[in-house]
Amino acid sequence: MTADPAPLVEVHDLKRVFDVSKPWLNRVIERAPRQFLKAVDGVSFEIRKGETFALVGESGSGKSTVARMVVGLLPPSAGTVTIDGVSMHDAAAADDRQRLRRRIQMIFQDPYASLNPRWRVGRIIAEPIRAFSLIESEAAIAERVGELLTLVGLHPDDRTKFPHEFSGGQRQRIAIARALASDAEFIVCDEPTSALDVSVQAQILNLMRDLQERLGLTYLFISHNLAVVRHMASRIGVMYLGRLVEVSDGKSLFSAPRHPYTRMLLDAVPDVAMVGKVRQSVKGEIPNPLAPPSGCTFHPRCPLVFDRCRSENPPVIDGVACHAVQAGRVAAA
Amino acid sequence: MPHEDTAPILSVRDLTVEFVTRRGTLRALDRISFDVARGEVLGVVGESGAGKSVTGSAIIGLIDPPGRIAGGEVRLAGERIDNLPPEAMRKVRGKRIGMIFQDPLTSLNPLYRISEQLIETIRVHTDLDAAQARARAIALLDEVGIPAPEKRIDSYPHEFSGGMRQRVVIALALCAEPEFIIADEPTTALDVSVQAQIIALIKSLCRERGTSVMLVTHDMGVIAETADRVAVMYAGRIAEIGPVRDVVKEPLHPYAKGLMGAIPSLEGETPRLVQIPGSMPRLSAIPQGCAFNPRCSQVYARCHVERPELIAVGSRKVACHLYDTRSKSGVAA
Ligand SMILES: Nc1ncnc2c1ncn2[C@@H]1O[C@H](COP(=O)(O)OP(=O)(O)OP(=O)(O)O)[C@@H](O)[C@H]1O
Ligand SMILES: Nc1ncnc2c1ncn2[C@@H]1O[C@H](COP(=O)(O)OP(=O)(O)OP(=O)(O)O)[C@@H](O)[C@H]1O
Ligand code: SF4
Ligand code: SF4
Ligand SMILES: [Mg+2]
Ligand SMILES: [Mg+2]
Repeated sequence: MTADPAPLVEVHDLKRVFDVSKPWLNRVIERAPRQFLKAVDGVSFEIRKGETFALVGESGSGKSTVARMVVGLLPPSAGTVTIDGVSMHDAAAADDRQRLRRRIQMIFQDPYASLNPRWRVGRIIAEPIRAFSLIESEAAIAERVGELLTLVGLHPDDRTKFPHEFSGGQRQRIAIARALASDAEFIVCDEPTSALDVSVQAQILNLMRDLQERLGLTYLFISHNLAVVRHMASRIGVMYLGRLVEVSDGKSLFSAPRHPYTRMLLDAVPDVAMVGKVRQSVKGEIPNPLAPPSGCTFHPRCPLVFDRCRSENPPVIDGVACHAVQAGRVAAA
Repeated sequence: MPHEDTAPILSVRDLTVEFVTRRGTLRALDRISFDVARGEVLGVVGESGAGKSVTGSAIIGLIDPPGRIAGGEVRLAGERIDNLPPEAMRKVRGKRIGMIFQDPLTSLNPLYRISEQLIETIRVHTDLDAAQARARAIALLDEVGIPAPEKRIDSYPHEFSGGMRQRVVIALALCAEPEFIIADEPTTALDVSVQAQIIALIKSLCRERGTSVMLVTHDMGVIAETADRVAVMYAGRIAEIGPVRDVVKEPLHPYAKGLMGAIPSLEGETPRLVQIPGSMPRLSAIPQGCAFNPRCSQVYARCHVERPELIAVGSRKVACHLYDTRSKSGVAA
């Protein structure tokens, strides 16, 4: 690993707790205690320049919460996020962070919600250019907007239209063009194609890969669709109830998953390659995050559970957080 | 199917559904025909707006004005049901045809206990007394995999997780022992591991009870694992229909080929996903001849003037002129 370029993004022991208590009066009347939800509980990973790092996991596992902390939209309860050496949350780094801002962008699942419906597309895409004063002359801004629209497969004349005049896939292209407008290098994509049809999804995924090759972009890519993640990511982190249970390069995660949860997840995904094959049934459901199981939070569903799992939270060692793997109780898959 | 001795449970012929709007009459379904055999799962796939849900609604007589069935017929066990008076149709719905929708909360009343909802439905459709109906409801919950059903049956819907609620909806659809079930995106709102459980449940119901299912989804993985046959819809028409193995592994229709190639799979490395250029036409602008012609790479003169009808090609049917052996230009690729 020594030959790899330095990481662009470093996430260290990131935690986020939400206070989900009932209002004070209710607590007093019902004698209910305060309630806290550990949405993210000690997550660490690195993203190298030019790679796609994916986070997968079921609903509520904390993927979006990690993403929002990485881009600085949400303050962590503990832990650090460092991008190109600059802390995303340390007050002392505010000036450096301001300079970093334009290099980081985010793309969301619902492109409609993230595009101002009353603005024409040209203004939407030009907004980051103006906000960061990247180009001064209006003529040059217009030219740049035309270039960006062409880059994402739209027509420069589309600048005069409103978001509602576009299909879902086209709106996602607009969102990508806007993200690129500030010459972003690092783009956090939270379920960028989950709301799209497979055929449109293919267009957007191909576009994102082309842009990565041409512009050397770095992606943090979030999805619950493992086939999409396999297609896009060079490295993958698997989340379960706020913890990162396995981090691995894309190929080995699919050919040799190590954590029991990763194995279960891979077994559960309906896949077109599975026509006519019989698979094992999946047991149990995701536990209540307000009262997570003790020790390893996966233990009530784990086929390999043993005494230590119920009391001790397994640390991440060599990319896996599992007592059975660490004790050599698991044969490689 | 060439040699059939058992009559299909559902038979749809030339079904046409139109919506009368200010901008004119929109044809959402344009002469679609298919059969579903007893105990069979027919998958229905296609991009958003292809007409999948409208097909389901038309079969159960739930097309509301300004929509109407403008032609064709629907037969359940040989008997026409598309022209029944509303009261008679209401009996067919629920009793002979069960329904499962994407969001279990739309099928469950949040104000009533699960027990009340199940028992009431059972008593409407059978002549069991209250105690017998309760026993039957518990047996059904057990059958759909709710643990400790005798304890959980008196819960309210919000006390169940999403996956458990969807199981209750399936139990509700099974109450009257319907011959045919329409499941419209039953797993889309669920997590992968829960999704796998629901798929397994639907499959075992067909096997054990001989129930037939029309499974609507845009997830090809779900279809590949669940369905016996699959219909690929495009712009209100059936492009291809046949055994799932053939259609998924070796689609014939150019649209079906594009759709299958667009899906990232867990198996095998795909550097680039197949991209179908353009997007599905609006109902107000469906092209003449073959509706897919503006996006088809194999389009030729005939496609612009003549609509391709479904023609038998081996075990399946395809609506594409390329497979019309009568035509000189037929080049079955
Ligand atoms: N602002 C908030 N206040 C309280 N709880 C929150 C808040 N945001 C997230 N949570 C909780 O934190 C947990 C993680 O949520 P998060 O949105 O990060 O999950 P996710 O992995 O992105 O899920 P999904 O796949 O459904 O998007 C969930 O239990 C969620 O309910
Ligand atoms: N009440 C209505 N009035 C006008 N048009 C309608 C109405 N209901 C459906 N349509 C149109 O009929 C077509 C088919 O819709 P349908 O809901 O069957 O699509 P679908 O294949 O189920 O798509 P999805 O995957 O998005 O659920 C669409 O173009 C839709 O806009
Ligand atoms: S730590 Fe124990 S319970 Fe958790 S995944 Fe490993 S074996 Fe299973
Ligand atoms: S009929 Fe013509 S346009 Fe339509 S799918 Fe076949 S070749 Fe393409
Ligand atoms: Mg999320
Ligand atoms: Mg639908």
